[in-house]
Amino acid sequence: MLIQIKNLVKDYQTDDLVTPVLHGVSFDIAEGEFVSIMGPSGSGKSTLMHILGLLDRPTTGSYKLAGHEVSGLNDDELAAYRNKKIGFVFQAFNLLPRTTVLENVELPLFYSEDHRNTRERATKVLESVGLGHRLDYHTNKISGGEKQRVAIARALVNDPAIIFADEPTGNLDSKSGIQIMEILQKLNDEGKTIILVTHETATAEHARRIIQLKDGHIISDRQIQHRRRAQDSESLK
Amino acid sequence: MSFLDFQRVIVNSLKSLRKNKSRSFLTMLGIIIGVASVILIMSLGAGAQSLILNQVETFGANLVSVTPGKTEKNEPPASVMGIVITTLTYEDYEAILNKSRMPDLKAVAALTSGNNSLSWRDNTYEATLTGTTASYIDIYGGEVEKGRFFNKEEEKNLAKVLVLGSKVKQELFGDSDALGQKVKINKQFFEVIGVMKERGQVMFSDFDGQAMIPVRTAQKLVLGINHLNFISAKVNDGADTQKVMEDLGVLMRERHDITNQSGESDDFTIKNAAEAIDMLRTITDALKYFLAVMAALSLLVGGIGIMNIMFISVNERVREIGLRKAVGAKNSNIIWQFLLEAMVLTVIGGIIGIISGVVLSFLVSLVINFLGYDWSFAVSFSSIAVAIITSAAIGLIFGYYPARRASRLSPVEALSYE
Repeated sequence: MLIQIKNLVKDYQTDDLVTPVLHGVSFDIAEGEFVSIMGPSGSGKSTLMHILGLLDRPTTGSYKLAGHEVSGLNDDELAAYRNKKIGFVFQAFNLLPRTTVLENVELPLFYSEDHRNTRERATKVLESVGLGHRLDYHTNKISGGEKQRVAIARALVNDPAIIFADEPTGNLDSKSGIQIMEILQKLNDEGKTIILVTHETATAEHARRIIQLKDGHIISDRQIQHRRRAQDSESLK
Repeated sequence: MSFLDFQRVIVNSLKSLRKNKSRSFLTMLGIIIGVASVILIMSLGAGAQSLILNQVETFGANLVSVTPGKTEKNEPPASVMGIVITTLTYEDYEAILNKSRMPDLKAVAALTSGNNSLSWRDNTYEATLTGTTASYIDIYGGEVEKGRFFNKEEEKNLAKVLVLGSKVKQELFGDSDALGQKVKINKQFFEVIGVMKERGQVMFSDFDGQAMIPVRTAQKLVLGINHLNFISAKVNDGADTQKVMEDLGVLMRERHDITNQSGESDDFTIKNAAEAIDMLRTITDALKYFLAVMAALSLLVGGIGIMNIMFISVNERVREIGLRKAVGAKNSNIIWQFLLEAMVLTVIGGIIGIISGVVLSFLVSLVINFLGYDWSFAVSFSSIAVAIITSAAIGLIFGYYPARRASRLSPVEALSYE
């Protein structure tokens, strides 16, 4: 199993007030899966993604990533894991302003141990998402869909085990959104594990499995027999 | 971090500084001004010091002086404080002249002075009236431009003769010939027998503004005193100055009936120029470093400006910090990023400051040279090194706190920061 979580609990503590967000969530995700985590806002899906993406730690519970317990790691160990094993795609793209497309994609390599051929590797993933012609563009000079493709290239550049996509189509028009979902499906077809966080059913149905959260509990966890294919979609809505 | 990372972080911070050109410049301004003033002050201090010391040295380090009253080492003579001590006399001077007692003295001159008004026809001029001996020029230098200096004969027989400094001559006589004219001092007439060539300011003394008469004449007929302000002697080349000073001490104690040879009950002080140079060096060094410290305080203010701007920079880039952490930046990577940015700011500021400081020092030296002083332009390597190290240290110190704050942001909060 790539991901095994058991009784994952997350509380937020502010002053004397404890706000529980996740109440003992458990599931496994195998390598090569495409999972959507769905739920309305406040359901805890973002918190769950942050913990799965090693941006945050659970209050209690166990999280095994590729067989290793990671819930007790320190900041630097988590950073190293994120660098090697995890790629993020955010709703707001989170590209560095005033830097080029290529430099943005090189960024994770900058923090990794392997500094060889960073330019070539970044160029290659950019070409794979169809942005070979935008390498030296500044990120404020390209369209939203292109920005999200840069973000996907950045997530891929270190060849991570899992891609987390947090509402990746939320800031995009539907046509660009479809393109992004198409890329994610293609990556999954090639064997990449993808975890998509969204509140839109249509988007979630691009995955092969949907986990639904409500108020910090899993209310359903089902496989999709006929997943929605991005190529066939006219629109996400 | 490897060297390559280092290089990249520096390139990155240069970029981000370039993107905020005017803000970066204003931030650097504090450092620039601080560093430039440290350099300028150190350079001016060194220049002033060499100017003063050069002037002392023009008199020669082989000059030995006897002043009345006891003075502690490295303190100014009592006469500077306005205290009049009358223990030094013309007879002391004559005793020092005795070749069998003081064989190693090349020349000896005695000096007494006061301010008196000199008048010729309707012109009056307040000059320093110096009573001295015929050997004056041998000791203090200077040249007679017209006429002659007074001789030994005139020194002894109370002759009413007068040698004018160039400025005094100009004030009293203008362009007309002064030689042979009678100048009135203290209701008595003195004949002008010589005019000195212009010398300018040497050793804080206005040689051109003085008028010289024989020392005995000055004591008896003008000032009504019996003491001297000064006896100066030039030691023969190659002779042991220290030995000469000791011999002088023995001679003076003998004359003044002082039995204690330790020097503790002396009523006179013997100094040589080397000691004066040491004393001046001590004073000017202290002054120079004091001023440099004052200038360095402005660097501190500059450092606070750096800290301020780094906080702003961190706040503006919270999301960027979150993203960098998400893709694998460790806390130390973030610290270094902001620390290096602060250091790049201060070091660039430091370099601009050094250049401005050196240019300013050079311009000042040009102006001072133009005004006729022998001023040497010098910027020491050490002051440049200190400036660079200080400015980098300021970047490090004042950049650390904002950088640490940046590194401690939680990635989740940073990513969702609005």
